[in-house]
Amino acid sequence: MIAPYSHVFLLAGLLFVMGAGCTVARRNLVMILLGFEIMLNAGAIAFVGAALRWQSIEGQVFALFILAVAAAEVSIGLALIVCIYRRSGTVAPDRLD
Amino acid sequence: MTFQTILFYLLAALILWATGLAITRRNLVHAVVYLVLSFFGSALLFYLLGAPLLAALEVIIYAGAIMVLFLFIIMMLRGEALREKFHPRRQWLPAGCMGLLFGAVGILMVLHDPAASSPLMPAVASPARFGQHLFQRHWLAIEIVSLLLLVALIGALLIARRGGRRQNPAAEEPA
Repeated sequence: MIAPYSHVFLLAGLLFVMGAGCTVARRNLVMILLGFEIMLNAGAIAFVGAALRWQSIEGQVFALFILAVAAAEVSIGLALIVCIYRRSGTVAPDRLD
Repeated sequence: MTFQTILFYLLAALILWATGLAITRRNLVHAVVYLVLSFFGSALLFYLLGAPLLAALEVIIYAGAIMVLFLFIIMMLRGEALREKFHPRRQWLPAGCMGLLFGAVGILMVLHDPAASSPLMPAVASPARFGQHLFQRHWLAIEIVSLLLLVALIGALLIARRGGRRQNPAAEEPA
């Protein structure tokens, strides 16, 4: 016995809220991207917990795809940040033209 | 209260603590290092929940590759990235209210679900079985994801190169 699925889901929900708060509240493009990563990780935790709850491996498959999409997203996002920094010299989203 | 139960709550506390510290740091390097700790905790949680392959991939991809990429970019932007002003206080009130509302609704919704209160039984999906299932049932999705990664690779190269060209057009001419 580990813990009820509701507690795993609650952990994922709290992590998601933390990531969303980081994305909305911080004024730095790098921290905004880190908030996205936290949110995707929270989604993966919820999927893995659900895979154990319903004894189905599909949840783990989805968590793997989430990992791949996160890798693609972060490479594009960081390339965009480098591009923005070279053009405008800042990474604060409210100081861009 | 078994050993695995205690382990789960310890890991949950570790993940929430490290993530909470990470999103409030002003220094970006500190934030990334705390987030690495959080992802290691997530990897242990995956192992506890019966996904050893995903635990290994979480360490390799998230805590390894992605966070090192973030560190490289932070070192490229050094100096600029450390000066960050937070939002004024009057904007924190509505944000905090919405967050509390969301948290309260989520907790009520989860705790009032009768089916979700029974404890999870430990089970392990071995990497071999996971891989077989993945490539037998989801081969098309695997191909699409690999295409997505290829497109992301080419796109990142193009975006980064074009950004450099516009900045100093003189460097473009000799080529």
